Amino acid sequence: MNTDDAIILLTAGTLATACGLLGPFLVLRRQSLTSDAIGHAVLPGVVAMYLLTGSRSSLLATLGAAAFGLLCVLAIDALRRTRLLGTDAAIALTFPALFSLGVLGVSGFASGAHLDLDSTIYGEITFAPFRTMSLGAVEFPRPLLMTLLAVLLALGFVLLSWRGLQTLAFDPEFADIAGLRGRLIQRLLLMVSAIVAVIVFDSVGAILVVTFFVVPAAAAQLVANRLDTMLLVSVAIGWVSSFVGQRAAVAYDSSIAGMIGLTTVGCFLLLRLLAPRRGLLWRWLRLARRRDNTGAPARTGADSAQPKNTSASA
Amino acid sequence: MSEQHQLALQLSNVEVSYGGRPVLREVSFDIPTGVLAAIVGPNGAGKSTALKATLGLVPLTNGDVRILGTTLRANRRRVAYVPQQDLVTKDFPITAIQVVEMGRYPHRGWFRRLGADDDAAVAEAVERTGIGALLDEPLDELSGGQRQRVFLARALAQRADLLVLDEPFTAVDTRTEEALVDLLAELCADGATVLAVHHDLRTVAERFDHAVLLAGTVLAAGEVSDVLTTEALARAYGLAPRHTEPARAAR
Repeated sequence: MNTDDAIILLTAGTLATACGLLGPFLVLRRQSLTSDAIGHAVLPGVVAMYLLTGSRSSLLATLGAAAFGLLCVLAIDALRRTRLLGTDAAIALTFPALFSLGVLGVSGFASGAHLDLDSTIYGEITFAPFRTMSLGAVEFPRPLLMTLLAVLLALGFVLLSWRGLQTLAFDPEFADIAGLRGRLIQRLLLMVSAIVAVIVFDSVGAILVVTFFVVPAAAAQLVANRLDTMLLVSVAIGWVSSFVGQRAAVAYDSSIAGMIGLTTVGCFLLLRLLAPRRGLLWRWLRLARRRDNTGAPARTGADSAQPKNTSASA
Repeated sequence: MSEQHQLALQLSNVEVSYGGRPVLREVSFDIPTGVLAAIVGPNGAGKSTALKATLGLVPLTNGDVRILGTTLRANRRRVAYVPQQDLVTKDFPITAIQVVEMGRYPHRGWFRRLGADDDAAVAEAVERTGIGALLDEPLDELSGGQRQRVFLARALAQRADLLVLDEPFTAVDTRTEEALVDLLAELCADGATVLAVHHDLRTVAERFDHAVLLAGTVLAAGEVSDVLTTEALARAYGLAPRHTEPARAAR
């Protein structure tokens, strides 16, 4: 592994850490697709910033994106709160509107200006080692700096509002009754997620961000008995996937983000099958044992592995 | 208890609408302190909504709720809520003891650590609900009855004066139901007030002192024996009087 590989691995791993700390709350609150919505909703912000300033600087683009990312999550939350539609519908109603606005903006005003969206907001982790900025005397890869910033933000938020977050995710009505300001926490969670997503989009690409928000958390839920464990497991799955995915991408000379994304899904499937108590294999065994106990008491243990065959032949 | 003569709960002219459609109209009733009270009524009568209005979980379009003589805001810590079991996420990664400890959060807020007082309240709640053997079990491994005990323990750990329960006996076996009823009666004897939504008319009279019969608005409220009259039940369930012995009207 050379230095470039190490930088890519560190960038992916720190990104996985930031997303793995917030993702479990979004997954448990059934709001995981919020991260995808943010990815689309930021477009008009980038276009508007370009039209206003004529500059393609990524700092300005990120600010514009952040403004619309926040607008998006607050609009979703406000729509959901009307009780007229569910969270999924609120998400589906909000981001296409904003994304369409962005597309119209690009085609109407900015088409001649070569506003390259891929490089402006939807970055690519492969280029992480080459996009350096100087910090005093040293050249530091900018994407890694962004993901580290995201970790600090996510970690600070989770540590400071742990009790509120735990209660909100488990029993939002109790959070309100207990005076834990459930609504405030809910909004803060969405806003911190939006800011984290926006500051890393530019460095690593939207797909990887959405993947890291959702898949490791969903996998961790299959094995964790406590919320803190779920966060740790989801961060760990992110790091393992980053390592395996990066190595596989080098070995097969293919997309790093693609390989990492695929590895997270692989981890999910593995746990879905093998997780103690909640995994499919465990359930099948339990079911088979129960069928064995109730169906035919005289059967021996050897039969219990294949209850279908034995009952068919009987 | 200096509030011996106060009302635990007082609803005056409460109105609640969902999307412009009124669910509760002119709901007024009083619950005295120290009683075991039930809200009964047919499906869609607004029973759960009445609880949520009491707890400030739905906005009132009109009317006023007084808890222990003042507003809910001033009394949050003294009101505990046990949600309907069907509505609780069962696959949430949390252990029984963590749920019970949540009962101390209203007293400690976001940041303050749980101290010796809190540990004592949690230990007492665990003992009274008999869940000592389940503490480290994840919630999704518990049966409906065990889970209900855990949530009741959370309410007890809060050491609240008013306990509000939504359908506490659904998804619970008969033995647990009896144990829970005994426990609630004990709490009332100690001076607390219990308000529960209850759908089984057959058992209201034997388990509760006080009842509110609800069907969009209050049809009757007061001592159980005065509320569950044939005539009132007939009006609530829209049945002819001769078919409305409690046993038949239950479902």
